[in-house]
Amino acid sequence: MAAKSIYTKLFGRALLSFSSRTLYHSSHTLSTMASLSAHILIRAANRELEIPTGLFINNEFVPSADSPNDLIHLVNPATEETICSVVAGSVKDIDIAVAAARKAFNTTWGKNVTGFERSKLLNKLADLMERDQDILAEVESLNNGKPFKIARDFDIGDSIQCLRYYAGWADKITGQTIEVDNKTKLAFTRHDPIGVCGQIIPWNYPINMWAWKVAPALACGCTIVMKPSELTPLTALMLSKLIAEAGFPPGVVNTIPSLGSVGGVALSTHMDVDKVAFTGSTVTGRKVMEAAAKSNLKKVSLELGGKSPQLVFESADLEQAANWACLGILYNTGQDCTAGSRLYVQDTIYDKFVSLLVSKAKELVIGDGFDEKSGGGPLVSKTQFDKVWRYIESGSAQGAKLALGGQKRPGKGFFVDPTIFTDINANMDIVRDEIFGPVLAVGRFKTEEEAISLANDTSYGLGAGLHSNDANQCMRVSSALEAGTVWINQYNLLNNNVPFGGKKQSGIGRELGSYALDEYTSVKAIHWNFGEKLDWPL
Amino acid sequence: MAFTCTYQFDTAVYKGAVTFPTQLFINGEFVDPVNKGTIDLINPATCKAIARVSVGDREDIEVAAQAARTAFKEHWGLKVSGEARSKLLHKLADLVDANTDQIAALEALNVGKTFHAAKAIDLPTIGSLLRYYAGWADKIQGKSIQTTPDKIGFTRHEPIGVVGAIVPWNFPLSTLIMKLAPALACGNTIVAKPSEFTPLSALFLCTLIREAGFPPGVVNIVPGYGDTAGQAVGESMIIDKVAFTGSTLTGRKIMEAAARSNLKKISLELGGKSPSIIFDDADVDQAVKWAINGIFMNQGEICVAGSRIYVQAGIYDDFLQKFTESAQCLSVGDPFSPDTFQGPQISERQFERVMDYIKSGQAEGATLRLGGKRFGTEGYFIQPTVFTDCTPNMKIVQEEIFGPVAAIMKFSAEEEVIEQANNSTYGLACSVYTKDIDRAMRVASNIEAGTAWVNFSNWPDLGLPFGGFKQSGIGRDLGEYALENYTNIKAVHINIGIKI
Repeated sequence: MAAKSIYTKLFGRALLSFSSRTLYHSSHTLSTMASLSAHILIRAANRELEIPTGLFINNEFVPSADSPNDLIHLVNPATEETICSVVAGSVKDIDIAVAAARKAFNTTWGKNVTGFERSKLLNKLADLMERDQDILAEVESLNNGKPFKIARDFDIGDSIQCLRYYAGWADKITGQTIEVDNKTKLAFTRHDPIGVCGQIIPWNYPINMWAWKVAPALACGCTIVMKPSELTPLTALMLSKLIAEAGFPPGVVNTIPSLGSVGGVALSTHMDVDKVAFTGSTVTGRKVMEAAAKSNLKKVSLELGGKSPQLVFESADLEQAANWACLGILYNTGQDCTAGSRLYVQDTIYDKFVSLLVSKAKELVIGDGFDEKSGGGPLVSKTQFDKVWRYIESGSAQGAKLALGGQKRPGKGFFVDPTIFTDINANMDIVRDEIFGPVLAVGRFKTEEEAISLANDTSYGLGAGLHSNDANQCMRVSSALEAGTVWINQYNLLNNNVPFGGKKQSGIGRELGSYALDEYTSVKAIHWNFGEKLDWPL
Repeated sequence: MAFTCTYQFDTAVYKGAVTFPTQLFINGEFVDPVNKGTIDLINPATCKAIARVSVGDREDIEVAAQAARTAFKEHWGLKVSGEARSKLLHKLADLVDANTDQIAALEALNVGKTFHAAKAIDLPTIGSLLRYYAGWADKIQGKSIQTTPDKIGFTRHEPIGVVGAIVPWNFPLSTLIMKLAPALACGNTIVAKPSEFTPLSALFLCTLIREAGFPPGVVNIVPGYGDTAGQAVGESMIIDKVAFTGSTLTGRKIMEAAARSNLKKISLELGGKSPSIIFDDADVDQAVKWAINGIFMNQGEICVAGSRIYVQAGIYDDFLQKFTESAQCLSVGDPFSPDTFQGPQISERQFERVMDYIKSGQAEGATLRLGGKRFGTEGYFIQPTVFTDCTPNMKIVQEEIFGPVAAIMKFSAEEEVIEQANNSTYGLACSVYTKDIDRAMRVASNIEAGTAWVNFSNWPDLGLPFGGFKQSGIGRDLGEYALENYTNIKAVHINIGIKI
């Protein structure tokens, strides 16, 4: 069962002995000259990998057209050592990639390819990802910090399934025929691919978010310029190599690692990009939408931040609720847009539940991703590490009580241990803001109405969870929670065929499921006259 | 300040008096604006004042949004059944039908469109829209999605919340109802801002909304200026979604305001420069009539206006002669005269704008084949105008004129005309005329537009989605597709056996 194995991996119950802390070193010599590949040794697997580090345009890895010396240096967050460097794409490079994507859309993809063929290529790509599942997971773990096994079995396992799921949709893009007047007129709709899509993805699930953005766009016939996060571009480059190997025509998928302020801005302001799909912070999401408004009114879909509540009612199975609550806030070390970062517990069970929760959260080992004992890795960067610590300090300063954590670790690596605050109030920063770390704020409520009102007291609306054994209550509360996803007696598990996205300031549009097809198609209504004669003047 | 408007119509086509309040309609009451603003409405056919009505400001939008929020939480939203919503929409449709002549007369008076067209086109559309979406109100459906045996997944398509509707002056009430009907059917509440030029029909509707029995606050109507009240709708932190019909320029501002404020959802129906493409094998007489309908209907003040007409070389001369003759026969004049086809432009500003485009067409070297001048001595009338010898970079070929001005161009090959037709930042609509079914399919498929009409023009259908590709908009009005504009999807995952 998937959930059981997630939990087992998180909390390190199934232990195979793995090796030491220094699991890799890079044989790539940092230089000012951009190289188009790097050699990386994965110690844990005793294997050296050659990874592409150039820009991927028209199925080839190339240097930057105008800034050959601009590099992005990548850091292993578990050791703070440099892994290697990749070429940093410029505005000019985005232009070139968009032109490649446009040409492909007009000649080899878009309306020039059948759904059957798109499906075949997506399935082939899934096969290649499956073949390379281990090495992709190794690099994902190295660059992002997350445990290798979680990357392999969940991030990548789910991504492969996502590609296959949308491969199945590629030859089922359907419109409607609409009865107008059976004697003289017929109408139907075509769901055309939108065109060139700029896909901007974050660093918390680099491969998973790549799959969510690539699979439905390609299934619908769009072409892509992908901008992975500047912190974690390596696996997107490895996947780009698989794109070429799978046989996608040149220009269908292009990958430009770049800073958000360069490549992200260039994509969202571009006059020849028809759609931008963005996953990331609400602050940046606003900028993307503003840029779309000011440029060519490109369509946008935004998956943004959250401050998702979990409600534990007195009838719930407390053991299970505590497990799910831990998974909710600690999975991926809290670097999760749906992180269940506010937990409200009914007062009748509050004390019992909080002690259960603390004892379970304590069991999670946060450590190097290649260490078998690790259920969670470090935070992704120094910046994130500092930000999370500022929030922990503000929680204490604003009067919340630490029930767990709050001690900085000595040594290297951006590790933050599970942290739980109680005695919170609605105005504290740790209750209002998205922290993006393993920091949980626990509050209490008396009545169902109070629980709903506390849960909805946020500008976000991404996820929400409720734990209760009362069926009527489950239905009432799930209806009242203002969120794009509600989990009942569970948390954080998504399915590729169930839509995902935010209400309120958590976003616009839906990913996953059949719903995501709407994000990559433009609806055209065709009205056909085969008998109506017009008398003129009217 | 006047609290009611009474207008006595004594025309050839309609005689009667219309009386209605002219204050803001908020929370089921007619109220004065916070800042006591008013505007004098002008009859574009005579340039004389019609009535003085209240005009809302930023503060009024906030008050209205708060009323809509309260209604959403207490009486509407998830608190009302689809069946009840359906019944109220049907009741409103009946009331609109019962007042057809009065509303058509107000539209004609305020917009300058003919009474005949308002009665034959706008009003039946309004009744049908209300009834069409009344039918959807109890059919808002999600999906149940099979995941694993231990889990039940389903989606709820919930109302978004408070919808801000900003609507234009060319079809004042029908564009309002195009937003209002699906929004209410889905369970949203509304703050509507009609254009400052044409609030009369919307104000008249308020009485009918009250009579139909909608709870207070479900529909709020605040006439106002775009840069104050309209901007406030875009920026409001209470409004969850804004549905806008108007210019591309303003559409951008709405989207920017949404991005900067609470990331409200948006749908935009914007401008167009839609091509009509007539091939050699078309029925020329019919194509001429449909092309005339395409550009001259509603004084050319229509976002889907077929303002670029591409004619294949083999029939060009024949088409041009017939088109010009037909356009010359269009009768311009009093909107309340039974023979009038074309009324005045809406305002002095629009009149000047259209005249400037006509001058620019001449200055850039196009040949003025017909019209080009003011019609008559009073009112904002413009002669039906036809340009030929137009080239792709001329302003009259690139920009939306929103007036009775046709640009006609000759083409030889299908590939050439597709390229020219798509050489536009807009993508709202197109028309193609041919008897060759393969060609019709190819061209309709290759034109970048949200609506393609084959062998006719300017005829949206309630059941079919309507909206723009490219810079003509985001989202789709009409049809089942519009329900997506007014619902928020919630995925509910229920664990019935997974243990961790």
